[in-house]
Amino acid sequence: MTKARSAIIIGGGHNGLICAAYLARKGLKVEVLEARNTLGGGLALTSSHMSLHASILKDLKIKLTSQAPVKTIALGPDGEHLCFSGNTVDGPEAARYAAFREEYLAYAKALGPLMLNTPPRLKDFDRADAMTFGKLGWALRFGLGEEAMREFLRVAGMNVYDVLEERFSAPLLKGALAYDAIIGCHVGPRTPNTVLNFLMRLFHDSGQQRVSAAATTSALEEAAGKAGVTMKCGAKVASILVQSDKAVGVTLDTGEALRADIIVSNADAKTTFLDLLGTRHLDALFAHRISKPRTDGDVARLRLSLKARPTVPGLPDSDLSQRLVIAPDMRTVERAFNASKYGEYSKEPVMDMMLDGRTLSINAAYAPLKLKEGWEAGAEGFKAAVLTVLERYAPGLSASVETAELMTPADMAEAFGNAGGHWHHGEMAIDQAFMMRPVHGTAQYETPVAGLYLCGAAAHPGGDITGLPGRNAAKRILRTA
Amino acid sequence: MTPAASPIDFTRTHAPSPFHARLLDHTITQNWATWNGYQTPRVADTVASEYFAIRSACSVMDLTPMEKYRITGPDAGDYLNRLVTRDVTKLKPGRVAYAVWCNDMGRVIDDGTIFHLSEGVYRLCAQHHQLDWLLLSSIGFDVTITKETHDVAALAVQGPTSFSVLSAAGIQGLDTLKPFGITSVDVAGIPVTVSRTGFTGDLGYELWMDPEHALDIWDIIFNVKFERGLYDIRVIGLDALEMVRIEAGFIMPGFDFNTADTAVRADFDRSPYELGLGWLVDLKKPHYTGKRALVAEHARPAKSRLIKLILDGNKVPSGSFLFDREGGENVGAVMAQTWSPILKRALALGDITLRKGQVPSELWAEIYYQKELKWKLHWAKGTVTDKPFWSHPRRSATPPHST
Ligand SMILES: Cc1cc2nc3c(=O)[nH]c(=O)nc-3n(C[C@H](O)[C@H](O)[C@H](O)COP(=O)(O)OP(=O)(O)OC[C@H]3O[C@@H](n4cnc5c(N)ncnc54)[C@H](O)[C@@H]3O)c2cc1C
Repeated sequence: MTKARSAIIIGGGHNGLICAAYLARKGLKVEVLEARNTLGGGLALTSSHMSLHASILKDLKIKLTSQAPVKTIALGPDGEHLCFSGNTVDGPEAARYAAFREEYLAYAKALGPLMLNTPPRLKDFDRADAMTFGKLGWALRFGLGEEAMREFLRVAGMNVYDVLEERFSAPLLKGALAYDAIIGCHVGPRTPNTVLNFLMRLFHDSGQQRVSAAATTSALEEAAGKAGVTMKCGAKVASILVQSDKAVGVTLDTGEALRADIIVSNADAKTTFLDLLGTRHLDALFAHRISKPRTDGDVARLRLSLKARPTVPGLPDSDLSQRLVIAPDMRTVERAFNASKYGEYSKEPVMDMMLDGRTLSINAAYAPLKLKEGWEAGAEGFKAAVLTVLERYAPGLSASVETAELMTPADMAEAFGNAGGHWHHGEMAIDQAFMMRPVHGTAQYETPVAGLYLCGAAAHPGGDITGLPGRNAAKRILRTA
Repeated sequence: MTPAASPIDFTRTHAPSPFHARLLDHTITQNWATWNGYQTPRVADTVASEYFAIRSACSVMDLTPMEKYRITGPDAGDYLNRLVTRDVTKLKPGRVAYAVWCNDMGRVIDDGTIFHLSEGVYRLCAQHHQLDWLLLSSIGFDVTITKETHDVAALAVQGPTSFSVLSAAGIQGLDTLKPFGITSVDVAGIPVTVSRTGFTGDLGYELWMDPEHALDIWDIIFNVKFERGLYDIRVIGLDALEMVRIEAGFIMPGFDFNTADTAVRADFDRSPYELGLGWLVDLKKPHYTGKRALVAEHARPAKSRLIKLILDGNKVPSGSFLFDREGGENVGAVMAQTWSPILKRALALGDITLRKGQVPSELWAEIYYQKELKWKLHWAKGTVTDKPFWSHPRRSATPPHST
C-alpha cells in the first residue's frame, strides 16, 4: 500500500472547501488552512441570491434546505417599484422580459461546456482541451441553433446598455438589470462585454437553490469534514515553500512549517504568486503578467444598525427582506461609474441591500479602492452620499441609524487577504476570463511551479458563489498531479 | 525602480559623446556610424591601420554608447542572479562576469557584462537598450535600476601595448589587475575606474569616468604618443572592431542572431545552447527567468547552432549559404565573416540547422565574389572549431608582458 498523498489548501473560502472535499473523497489527506476565524471566505458577505452549482451538491452529497427564493425589487423613485422573480417582472414589459430571460438563459447554458471544464489551452492542445472546445462549439451551434448563435455572437462582446436599450423601455427595469451586470466590478453599463458578465451571472443563477450564506458554509464544512478534510482556522499562510522547483509546503505567520505533496491556493492570484510564492520562483514575464490583472475593488459594504425597521412608501413591510436595488435608470448607473474612473466615489451611488431584523447590509457602488483623497478622509462623505440616496426611498431612515459600519475595498482586502479587495479576486472581463484567467500560463489551475495549483475565484470560471473553480481545480489536480 | 532622467537632445539624430571633440580630430574619413544614438566612427583612418593597432600596438575606442545600468539595493545580487542564466552569486566586488539573459521561453534577449563595483553595487553593460526588461524583471525585488549610459564616459584601450601605454600615462597598479578585475585609480587627480575587459580577445582595458573628465583622460593617454612619442596609439572604428571580435569568437546579439525581443516569427530567436553558450547556463542554481524552458530544451536534441567556421581558400564568405557538401543541401547561412590578417584565414560565424542534434559532418560555403567586377562562384570547405579563432597568452597573463 502506498502512503496517501497529502494536500494543503491555502484558504477556506467556499472554493477551498469544495476543492478540499473533492480531493479528500479521492483519498488524499487534505488540510485547509484559513487565516480568518471562520470558514467560507467572502460567502459571508453575499446577499445569498446565488448558490452552488448543482453538480457539486450531487458529487459531494450536500443537502441544502432552500428557503423561499429571494426576489429582487427595484425601488422606483416615485414609489412605483418593480419586482423581479425568476422569469417574471411586474408591469407592461412582463412578456418582453420573459422572452429576454429565456433567450439569455439559453446563451448562458451554451457557455456550460466552458464553465464546467478546465479552459482549453490554445497551444499544445491535449485531448481534454479538444473535447472542451468541441462541446462548446456543439453547444453554441446546435444547442442554440443557427439564428440564436448569430445573435449570441453579436451580443456577447457588447455592453449591457446597448442591449437593454434595444429590448426595453422602462428606465427602472433597465437600470436594475444593468446593475446586475456591473455590480462587483469596475465597469459601467456602457463598458464593453458587460453582457458577458450578465451571462455568467445568469449561468450561475439558472435554476439553482437559494440558501443562506451561513447554511451553505456549514453544509460545506460538514461535507469536507465527512470526506476527511482537516480544517484549521486562524492559520495564516505566510509563504509557500519551494524545493527543486516544486512546491513542498507552506509556512504560517507563526513560523511553523507544514509540508504536503500538493499545495492549492484559494487566495487570489496576486497574493498567491507575488506574496506567498515570491517572484524569485517565477520567470520575469510571468511575474509581470500576474501583477497586471485588474483587481481593484469598486464596491463598499455599509452595514446600518437601525432603531426601527425602515418604511419604504409603496413597499409592504413583508417585502423589506427581499433584495432591494436602487438603480433608477442606466444613465444614473453610468454616471455613478464616471466618478470612480477618476478615483472619486459616486456622489449619487447605486446599491443593493438586504434587511435582516434591524440590520441593513448594503453593497454601494462605486467606491474605488484607491480613492484620491484616501478612505480615511472620504469614508464619512461616502456614507453620507449613500444615506442621502436611501433617504429618498425610505424617508426618515437616516434619523434611525444607530451605527454605520463602512467596509471599503481596502478593508475587504485586509479582512479577506485579497489583493485589491475585488469581489471576484479580479475583474470578470473577456481579457481576464476563460483561458486568460487569471493570466495565460496559469489558466488551467496549474502554475509554473510544479505541485502548486489555484482553486479560487482568481481561476476560471471566476467569482460568485458557484464552487466551480474549486471543483474544476480538484478534477484537474486529480488528473495531472 | 526609478530610471534616472538623463537630458537627451532629441533634435539631434547623433548625440556627441563626451570624447566627441577628439574623435572629430581623429576621424579623418568622417565615416560615422550611429551606435545607440551616438556618433561613432565606422572607420577613423583606414581599417588596416586600425586593425593592426589592435593586434600589434594600442587602440582606443569610445565605449560611451554602450548601454550601462547601475543596479543597487538590498536585493541587487539576487535580482541579477534571477536575471541571467549563470550563477553570479559568487561574483566578488571588483570582478566582472560575462552573462546572457533570456525571456520566459529561454530565448536570449541580450548579452553583457556585470561589474560588481563595490559590495552590492553593480553595473550591467549591454549591447542593446534593456531598461524596460530590467525594470520588468524587478517586480518583487528591492532594487534601484538607473540607466547611466549618458552619465559614464567609457574608453576601451586594447592591444599588446595597452598595459605599457596606460602605465606610461601614469596609471598605477595595472600589473596586478587580473582579467575580469576592476580597480579604482587616480590619474592626475581624476578618479577613473579601470577594468581588464574588452572585445578584442587580446590584452586590454576599459576606463570608466565622469564625462566631465573625458577629454582630460583622453589627452593624458594620447600624450604618451604625441608628446613623448613612445607608442603607436590609434583611434579605431566599428569596422576594425568587427574583424577582431570575430577572431576572438565574440558574438553580437541582433547581428549574429535575432534577439528574443526583436524576433517576430517563432523560432527565429535563439537559446543560449543554440548560440554555443551552454557553458553560461546553470541548470542547478535557483530559479531564473527562462530556467524551466532551458531545462526542457536541454533534455531534447538541439535544433540549431551558431558555429565558428574556418574556411579553405582566401575568399570571404559574405552572406553565404552553407551546405552539407559542395552543391548539396542548404543547412544554414553565414551571419558574420572576416578575413583574418593575423591568421591569414577566412573566418565565419554560421547559423546552421542541426540533424538530430548534430552538426553535419561537412560544411561548405557557397561564395560569390568579384574578379575585376566579374562575378564568380567559389565553393569553400569549412572546419568547425569550438575555441576562439585567435587568442594570445598575454590576454590572461598577470602581470602582462611589457611588449
Ligand atoms: C461584499 C461582497 C458581496 C458579494 N455578493 C455576492 C453575491 O451576492 N453573490 C455571489 O455569488 N457572489 C458575491 N460576492 C462574490 C463572492 O463572495 C466571491 O466571488 C467568492 O467569495 C469567491 O470565493 P473563493 O472561495 O474563491 O474566495 P474567498 O471567498 O475570497 O476565500 C478565500 C479565502 O482564503 C483565505 N486566505 C487568503 N489568504 C490566505 C492566507 N495567506 N492564509 C490562509 N488563508 C488565506 C481568506 O481569508 C478567505 O477565507 C460578493 C463578494 C463581496 C466581497
